[in-house]
Amino acid sequence: MNQSPVIEAKNLDLTFETNDGPVHALTGVDLAINKGDFVSFIGPSGCGKTTFLRVIAALEHPTGGSITVNDLSPDEARRQRAYGYVFQAAGLYPWRTIRGNIQLPLEIMGFPKSEWQTQVDRVLDLVELRGFGNKYPWQLSGGMQQRASIARALAFDADILLMDEPFGALDEIVRDHLNEQLLQLWASTQKTIGFVTHSIPEAVYLSTKIVVMSPRPGRITDVIESTLPKERPLDIRDSSEFLEIAQRVREGLRAGHAYDDE
Amino acid sequence: MRSLLPILTVVTVLVALWYVAAVGMNSKWANDQATRAGVELSTSELVVDTWSQDRPRLPAPHQVAAELWKTTGAMVLKGKAMSKRSLIFHGWITLSATMLGFIIGTSAGILLAVGIVHSRAMDMSVMPWAIASQTIPILAIAPMIIVVLNSIGMQGLIPKAMISAYLSFFPVVVGMVKGLRSPTSDQLDLLRTYSANISATFWRLRLPSSMPYLFTSLKIGMAASLVGAIVGELPTGAIRGLGARMLTGSYYGQTIQIWSALFAAAILAAVMVGTIGMIERATLKRMGMGG
Repeated sequence: MNQSPVIEAKNLDLTFETNDGPVHALTGVDLAINKGDFVSFIGPSGCGKTTFLRVIAALEHPTGGSITVNDLSPDEARRQRAYGYVFQAAGLYPWRTIRGNIQLPLEIMGFPKSEWQTQVDRVLDLVELRGFGNKYPWQLSGGMQQRASIARALAFDADILLMDEPFGALDEIVRDHLNEQLLQLWASTQKTIGFVTHSIPEAVYLSTKIVVMSPRPGRITDVIESTLPKERPLDIRDSSEFLEIAQRVREGLRAGHAYDDE
Repeated sequence: MRSLLPILTVVTVLVALWYVAAVGMNSKWANDQATRAGVELSTSELVVDTWSQDRPRLPAPHQVAAELWKTTGAMVLKGKAMSKRSLIFHGWITLSATMLGFIIGTSAGILLAVGIVHSRAMDMSVMPWAIASQTIPILAIAPMIIVVLNSIGMQGLIPKAMISAYLSFFPVVVGMVKGLRSPTSDQLDLLRTYSANISATFWRLRLPSSMPYLFTSLKIGMAASLVGAIVGELPTGAIRGLGARMLTGSYYGQTIQIWSALFAAAILAAVMVGTIGMIERATLKRMGMGG
């Protein structure tokens, strides 16, 4: 219990200088994410949820405050291969097979060639794409492509998985299925997951911790610890506990908008 | 096969227009000759004459076709494919300069594009010069290139290839800069999360992504290269190559020879651009980027 948080942000600020003046993407963000947490970031566009994920990944750099990942700076953590990142678009290379795509980080990070095959097989099993290694991306459905991109993020066995609306472009049925699979994957790998989403049910269903954010300036308005059990069948979404948490998320979102014109 | 009918229709219309134009352009000469001989030409006689003159202003299609056959296929049958009267010989002279220039121009274009994409200084400095280089009329600069290179002892193939390269590097630079910059910011960010260096990003993402752009550039560059080689043959009064055939044809009023050399050049360009197109389709299909 005394373990320090995997990700810890203190009074984090990020201001983009634009031609229309400064944009406060993040202000005064305090957050601690513990090992094995499944944390969702939810909020309307412009609330800084993606920006915060990108700060963790050292794709953006804060203009104030501090953030540590595995007790290191985000840049150092990246060099230690601390995290895998999943974008909304699967972004698989059409000229590579699924195996070739998943192998990409291993090649770039300089893993010995002898390990490639076993590593790729391991993550193909995790995302239930065994047997599809030699297919090309265009031969797979959108949902399968996104699973392949998750496998690619897992290939080098980072402890943290950062996902930026990974299922945002998929239809509801495929999305439910992938949510279920993602929970299984989380349970079996014990990863720490940061997950950006627009969907309240998705956030409540997946998370142990829900971070509600609001825009202008981008900030955290509520952090909800989920009381749902770790085992979550899809029909848990009809339970009163689930609906209560969803209600609290909705209120958090509304509070963030209370003094807004929208 | 579905495209065959429209193509044939257009070709038929063009050939018909050509015959009509030949009558119009050559009838003055035919009438003058008739007046001098003191005879009156009937309309049908006039038409036949305008389509069969030795030095017509505008040769009729069948005259050009016959000349083309006489200087290619017929020469091959006589075993004289590489004789100085053969268009195959002249075509080869031009083609070799075109190919050498194309290879030099394409390599230079790709190297410049790689530099431009990776170095801000090159981006700011090279591109304006590349654009400026193409605003100079090639007909003005070609003789200078030939004279300068000749003064340092280079003649024949190399000067023509330099002019070809001068024309063909530009579309490759422009296309490849666009192609190498075509990966999305998400794709580049993904590689950043792997701490990928510039070389890994180039070989694994930028270069493969640029392939569709490269092939488009190569097709334009190839056609430009051929123009460059032909233009390079004109100012020296060269005696070999398709450009030389056009030049001597115009010296001696051999319009049929000019036109057949013109068609030989067009056929050559079509074959080369078509070949690149075939390689393009096969490559992009293999890379999953076709269609």
